[in-house]
Amino acid sequence: MGLFILRRFGMMLLTALCLTYIVFFMTNLYPNLEKLAKTQGNFRMSEEAVDSYLGDRGYLQATPIKYMQWLGVMPGFSKELEDGRIVGKCVRPGVAPEDTPRYCGILQGDWGFSTVSKAPVADVLGSRLANTGKLMFWVMVVMVPSALIIGVLAGMKEGSRTDRSLSTVSILSTSTPEYVSGVIFIALLASTRNGLGPWLHDMGLIEAKSLFKGTAKSAMDDANLRNFTLPVITIALYGMGYIARMTRASMAEVMTAQYIRTARLKGVSFRNVVMKHALRNALIAPFTVIMLQFPWLLNGVVIVEFLFAYNGFGMQLVTAAGNNDIEMLLAVSVVSVFVVLVTQLISDIGYVYLNPRIRIS
Amino acid sequence: MEPLTWTGSFGSIIDPVFQLVGLLFIVAVAAQFIGAYVFAPINDEVHVDGTITRDRGANAIIGTAVRSLLLALCALAAIYIVAGVFAPIGKVGIIGAVAKQFAPVWIALVATFLLSISYKRRLGLYGKLFDSTVGMIGYALLMFWVYTALFVGVFDMIAVNDPLTQLSGMKNKLPGTPLRSVEEGQYAYYLLGGDNLARDVFSRMVHGSVVVILIAPLATLFAFMVGITLGLPAGYLGGKLDTFLSFLANLVLAFPVILLFYLLVTPEIVATGIPNYMAMILFVFPIIFFAVLLNSRFYTRPHLRNPLLAGVMLVMIWTYLCAISAEGTVINILPPTLDLFDIDSGILVVFVSVVFVNSPTVFRIVRGLVLDIHTRDYVAAAQTRGEGKWYIMLWEMLPNARGPLIVDFCLRIGYTTILLGTLGFFGLGLESESPNWGNTINDGRKLLAIYPHPALVPALSLLSLVLGLNLLADGLREESLRD
Repeated sequence: MGLFILRRFGMMLLTALCLTYIVFFMTNLYPNLEKLAKTQGNFRMSEEAVDSYLGDRGYLQATPIKYMQWLGVMPGFSKELEDGRIVGKCVRPGVAPEDTPRYCGILQGDWGFSTVSKAPVADVLGSRLANTGKLMFWVMVVMVPSALIIGVLAGMKEGSRTDRSLSTVSILSTSTPEYVSGVIFIALLASTRNGLGPWLHDMGLIEAKSLFKGTAKSAMDDANLRNFTLPVITIALYGMGYIARMTRASMAEVMTAQYIRTARLKGVSFRNVVMKHALRNALIAPFTVIMLQFPWLLNGVVIVEFLFAYNGFGMQLVTAAGNNDIEMLLAVSVVSVFVVLVTQLISDIGYVYLNPRIRIS
Repeated sequence: MEPLTWTGSFGSIIDPVFQLVGLLFIVAVAAQFIGAYVFAPINDEVHVDGTITRDRGANAIIGTAVRSLLLALCALAAIYIVAGVFAPIGKVGIIGAVAKQFAPVWIALVATFLLSISYKRRLGLYGKLFDSTVGMIGYALLMFWVYTALFVGVFDMIAVNDPLTQLSGMKNKLPGTPLRSVEEGQYAYYLLGGDNLARDVFSRMVHGSVVVILIAPLATLFAFMVGITLGLPAGYLGGKLDTFLSFLANLVLAFPVILLFYLLVTPEIVATGIPNYMAMILFVFPIIFFAVLLNSRFYTRPHLRNPLLAGVMLVMIWTYLCAISAEGTVINILPPTLDLFDIDSGILVVFVSVVFVNSPTVFRIVRGLVLDIHTRDYVAAAQTRGEGKWYIMLWEMLPNARGPLIVDFCLRIGYTTILLGTLGFFGLGLESESPNWGNTINDGRKLLAIYPHPALVPALSLLSLVLGLNLLADGLREESLRD
């Protein structure tokens, strides 16, 4: 088991290195650098000005060298300009030249400097990740229990009416991407002119003109039912259907197993068969699915944060990518690769732990 | 002119009936749900002589009521459509006028269903689809959009206005608003309202279907070609090749899709020509696939194989060169006289990135299927006969893996549709005025709380198409499992 985890960690490291190099390569293509120079300097820069701006800051070195500097295995680029200012990879505003370290890469714990927010990447991304963590937590709280309940109820009696109607519900939810359900929810539940809000207001049931808020801006400091419900259920809805279908399939398979039949023939009540005999075995497969759902949720998070103007990790990805904020983008991809691979690892280990029939040799 | 109401004067008679039946239906469904726990379950009694006594208990009665109310609801909906198609514009309101515009689609749908149902026993898996209600509903939804795209894209029928024309005074107007000044031959209404640039929402929606129906199935097909061509040898031969390809697939899958889109589908990246190089690589796979497919089967008969392979390859390679070579891009190898068509650079980059995102998943599915059927008897039989490995992979294993692959193909078209919408939603790829659904949703979302119709119409369209594909996949899975 220890060796298995070690090997997986090695694989993770290799994948992360490859992926960050690809991101590094793509963001360091010349047209992208040109855009960066123009957004940092001014938009009417001549070609020579762009070249000298990029050259002074070390952007025109070969990509592998820049990548090594970002990793921290090569000393960071620095250069003294004609007016005596020192610019370079490790230079930060407010830090004296003699205090500037020679190496400043991931290995030194320095994630770089965001050219858009004018702040160290680690500081910016940390607070954004906390916001997204809050969102993800509530999504999980809503999504996982409801998906499991729907799946178990549907798979209990395969082909029954409950099964068919719940399966239709889960198909409907898997075919509603976040940007569709989000739009529908906002139009129906968060509008002061249409949908449910004005109607309930006229009946005197709610004080505000709309039931929920269409943006989640205020939810970053103070999340409540009014501003956080819509983003959470928008993400939860799309993932829910898939988990429910997997749970249903797994439950239906378990219910046809021999030992369930034996239990039934012994005269155990249906309720007890489901609760005591079937449920535990039926939940092994959904556990893997839920873990593998995380990378998918990451997409949903980006869409929903963008739609509801919630300042989290996803929003950071969109702004960083839109402005070619190289070091921020790299940090974002490291984080998402980490999430994907760690959840894969957890799902593998958990599967072995939950299912005694499988042993890794 | 008066603005159109939703159902017009025809609705004043039939609307109350519709509402009543709808209400009763909801009540009956609720009763059914509760009744399942309260009353005794339905129990048809089978007698010794083979006759059956139908249960007359409460649950059976509720069940009959639900079924007949649902049928009545469907019949009423059909009445709206039929009345809309035949009555003059305005009599059945917006719904009628929209139904009238879709008239060719209704005819094509009815014809398809009549033909398919009458010959369903001779049509294999496709015919079996018409045994499952879910499958039929899904197929109807899918074909609705396919026919819409066909009639709009090829015959220019359904749409009433140009999707890009902005008419004065129609900004953010509600559905059914008449035009300010109607010129000769112009349609007098904005059926589903105007968007924030005073364009016709209805016409944009139907034009948007063309983009989706064109790109999504084709991109999925290419992804399948890539996935199958690489997944078969990876699963069957194993070894270093498998390790390497699986590593690559996991690499792409570890990328968050949106980050990948942002890296690939920006104007700066298009300027470097990376999408063109990717197209060059990805479009080769169908050629490899068909070359190996034909060669592995017919290599023992050179007289048949040589002309066949030469003919197929000539056509495919020419198409390939036409597709990747375009004037003004990095790959401009074909002289203009031989270059039959150019792919728009916006569409190309969207297409390539969607294929790129989908192929690793297909690869993993195919590889898993191959590992699963590796140990079957027919594979061992073919190996004993001394068949080549490509013959075994392509002519023994692939046909036997078709069931799950067809089901996944349907699901994946739906997923591709969602991806295309995501691209549009972030304003990537196609130009911002393009009527595709993702872009329109993105345009409409800014004023969502005040004018919901410009975003809701494409959102519901996308939902119905993806739902149709998912239901179709579900029906197909059920029917193919029954074999």
